[in-house]
Amino acid sequence: MESNRKPVIEFRDFSFQYFSQAEPTLHDINLTIYEGEKVLVVGPSGSGKSTLGNCINGLIPFSYPGEIEGSLTVCGIETKKSSIFALSQHVGTVLQDPDGQFIGLSVGEDIAFALENECVKQGEMKEIVRKTAAMVNMDSLLNASPFELSGGQKQRVSFAGVMVHEVEALLFDEPLANLDPATGKTAIELIDQIYQDYHKTVVIIEHRLEDVLHRRIDRVIVMSEGRIVADLSPDVLMAADILKTLGIREPLYVTALKYAGVPVTEALRAGRIDTLDVAAVQNAICAWDAAQPELEKRPANESILEAAGLSYRYVEQRPILKNLNFSIEAGEMVSLVGTNGAGKSTLAKVITGICKDPEGNLRFHGEPMDSWTIHERSGKIGYVMQNPNQMICKSMIYDEVALGLKLRGMSEEEIRPRVDKALKICGLSPFRKWPISALSFGQKKRVTIASVLVLEPELIILDEPTAGQDYRHYTEIMEFLRSLNASGTTILLITHDMHLMLEYTPHAIVLHAGEILHDGTAVRALTSDEIAYKASLKVTSLYELATRAGIWDCEAFVQHFIDYERSTAR
Amino acid sequence: MKAKLFDYVERHNVIYDLSGVTKLFCFLLLTAAVMFSYDIRAIAVIMVLSLVFLRMSQIQFRQIKLMLLYVLIFLLLNFVLTFVFSPTYGTEIYGTKHVLFPIAGRYVITSEQMLYQVTKTLKYASVVPLGIIFFLSTNPSELAASINRAGVSYKAAFAFSLTLRYFPDLIRDYQDISAAQQCRGLDLSKKEKLGRRLKNILNITIPLIFSTLDRIETISNTMDLRGFGKEKKRTWYAAKPMKGNDIFALGLSLVLFLGTLAVSFFVNHDKFWNPFI
Repeated sequence: MESNRKPVIEFRDFSFQYFSQAEPTLHDINLTIYEGEKVLVVGPSGSGKSTLGNCINGLIPFSYPGEIEGSLTVCGIETKKSSIFALSQHVGTVLQDPDGQFIGLSVGEDIAFALENECVKQGEMKEIVRKTAAMVNMDSLLNASPFELSGGQKQRVSFAGVMVHEVEALLFDEPLANLDPATGKTAIELIDQIYQDYHKTVVIIEHRLEDVLHRRIDRVIVMSEGRIVADLSPDVLMAADILKTLGIREPLYVTALKYAGVPVTEALRAGRIDTLDVAAVQNAICAWDAAQPELEKRPANESILEAAGLSYRYVEQRPILKNLNFSIEAGEMVSLVGTNGAGKSTLAKVITGICKDPEGNLRFHGEPMDSWTIHERSGKIGYVMQNPNQMICKSMIYDEVALGLKLRGMSEEEIRPRVDKALKICGLSPFRKWPISALSFGQKKRVTIASVLVLEPELIILDEPTAGQDYRHYTEIMEFLRSLNASGTTILLITHDMHLMLEYTPHAIVLHAGEILHDGTAVRALTSDEIAYKASLKVTSLYELATRAGIWDCEAFVQHFIDYERSTAR
Repeated sequence: MKAKLFDYVERHNVIYDLSGVTKLFCFLLLTAAVMFSYDIRAIAVIMVLSLVFLRMSQIQFRQIKLMLLYVLIFLLLNFVLTFVFSPTYGTEIYGTKHVLFPIAGRYVITSEQMLYQVTKTLKYASVVPLGIIFFLSTNPSELAASINRAGVSYKAAFAFSLTLRYFPDLIRDYQDISAAQQCRGLDLSKKEKLGRRLKNILNITIPLIFSTLDRIETISNTMDLRGFGKEKKRTWYAAKPMKGNDIFALGLSLVLFLGTLAVSFFVNHDKFWNPFI
């Protein structure tokens, strides 16, 4: 049967080694993707999944040179004998950063970019651009500049930019990486719509399995250490129980089924929650839920940071923060969530003192902070940016961590023990004499945390600490933050990540258009349609599972899941 | 955040609707004309016309207020300094000396010097409205296309467009990085000594360079994947086609340019117009 279908992408005994690396990144790949298939490639960071994608679109070997063994044909063309340009006529690639890949000064120009390069006449070009923009519902915004667009809109434009050609296949490299949950969901729906309406072959590379499985996928290719370790339908994959060992997060509802003692089989159709045979598992789930103990609430602690009537506006602009009232207790781990533009980063800037003179009150341990300078605040409140490359300015780890103390004019004798202590907490002691360039992303993140910890702040604000990280690195960073939190540091996390909210921060503050939409449990925020919708979040699949299984207190069910996971699974 | 390098406001009038190439060539032709000629009559004609064009373009005064202030200061300074350093240059050029009133020593105000200096100031002043028109009435998207059509290779022209695209991002990165460093105790305020402040700014520059390099990798991959550099030429989505008005504007500029040259060559027989003989 398979032989009747036309192969679009065909790997035969394919291996690849970057010239800059000692070991091959891909080993013995044998994979055929047929016309009209929709395939997901998953794998942890470093598994070679992005390299696989770059082989298909020709960035390998033409932009990243290396040695290829075996054969890879795309629409019958042997890639190594072709060129990026020739391959781009057959495969359209959307990269992961919707902002970085927006090269035009307006939507129309960006979509037209490939046509311009082919010297298509202007009149014809405008016609194609208009039609293609309509496919992704961006035709009313052709003159908008990238600064006026949201992340999701920019991504739509990049979809259109590769669809101006009549390509046979579309390749999406981590399409969810920079989007909030609701926009990510829309992106997956849009990919599916393009797939259905225009009959393209679709390859999605992504490690966020559950989010991609929001829509139907034919096959999931699982990669690990440069090899394909599984090539299964989603339903079989969920039954196969291989994801956890590979460091890929399985969908939460599947984990819940396992906690409830349900054997996950192919017949359950657990590949997507929409297809899951709930009737078959209903009893087991309800029984498990009823058996869970109610945990006692932690006693309230003294407040470390308190806002009363806090408002902020940039000069001559509408207010960004409107009359915020909230309190963070000492020793808490809190998430601050909301859409882009809801005021999260402005709030962080007001707390750290970068944005000066807000209206209303901000108190630290009950003491008004109004007159504190950035410098004074920095000894009590640390701020860690999302991208460690945006913080690191020294080449050696020790110097980087010591910088904050040196700037305070401390002597070397005072500095050394404090740096050593910070490095030890962050598990970086063995590397203290290393150059920073030799570290992984996660380790760099720790360096930036250490460089803030060394100032001994009581509260640390982290902006998207796990953005772009796979499950293993995510867990590593978050468990480290939890241990830091356990030793007494209060932590405020700015995040889009719903798993993070759910699993690590009991308390969530949700901002919407500069106002507090929700200040309470994270579970509540992710089980309320209204809050989730306004804050561009998604209700968790656990909630959906509970609803469909007929559990009346879904919030409690989600709480039970988290408590159970915390007490047994780790 | 809506930070943009140029404050381009979309308008529709005779000047805005001209193609960018036309405006570039008119700007170059008229600039060449006033730069070549020292005939105040010709320069005054172009000066008046350029002010008329500026008026026609409906560019608001507040858009160019600051720029005009700088230009005014520059012209004033230039006027004074020219007199301070070469008070007799006018008499040397024109070969006569009509004293208006003496100040001290060789500092004597002569009609010749005044004519020379006023001419020179007008030369600079007449270019400014033309430059303003070109930069403010041309859609930034169209600039690259215009530069390319003026003969610059399209890769260089596109680099210009990319600069416009990513400059605001760079500014935002700089602000973010600077904020994070200040939270670690970096002092960029005026309280810090200049030397230390410069060193502190360096601490922002290094992360800025690294994050910019990350960005460049994405951009160059995107451009490769979408066929940039494939052909010897490229077309431009944002280019405006030439219309009747463009031909007229180019013709007018050419006539003014040639007219200025003709006056110098055939009437004055010199770069300078000399009313003193």
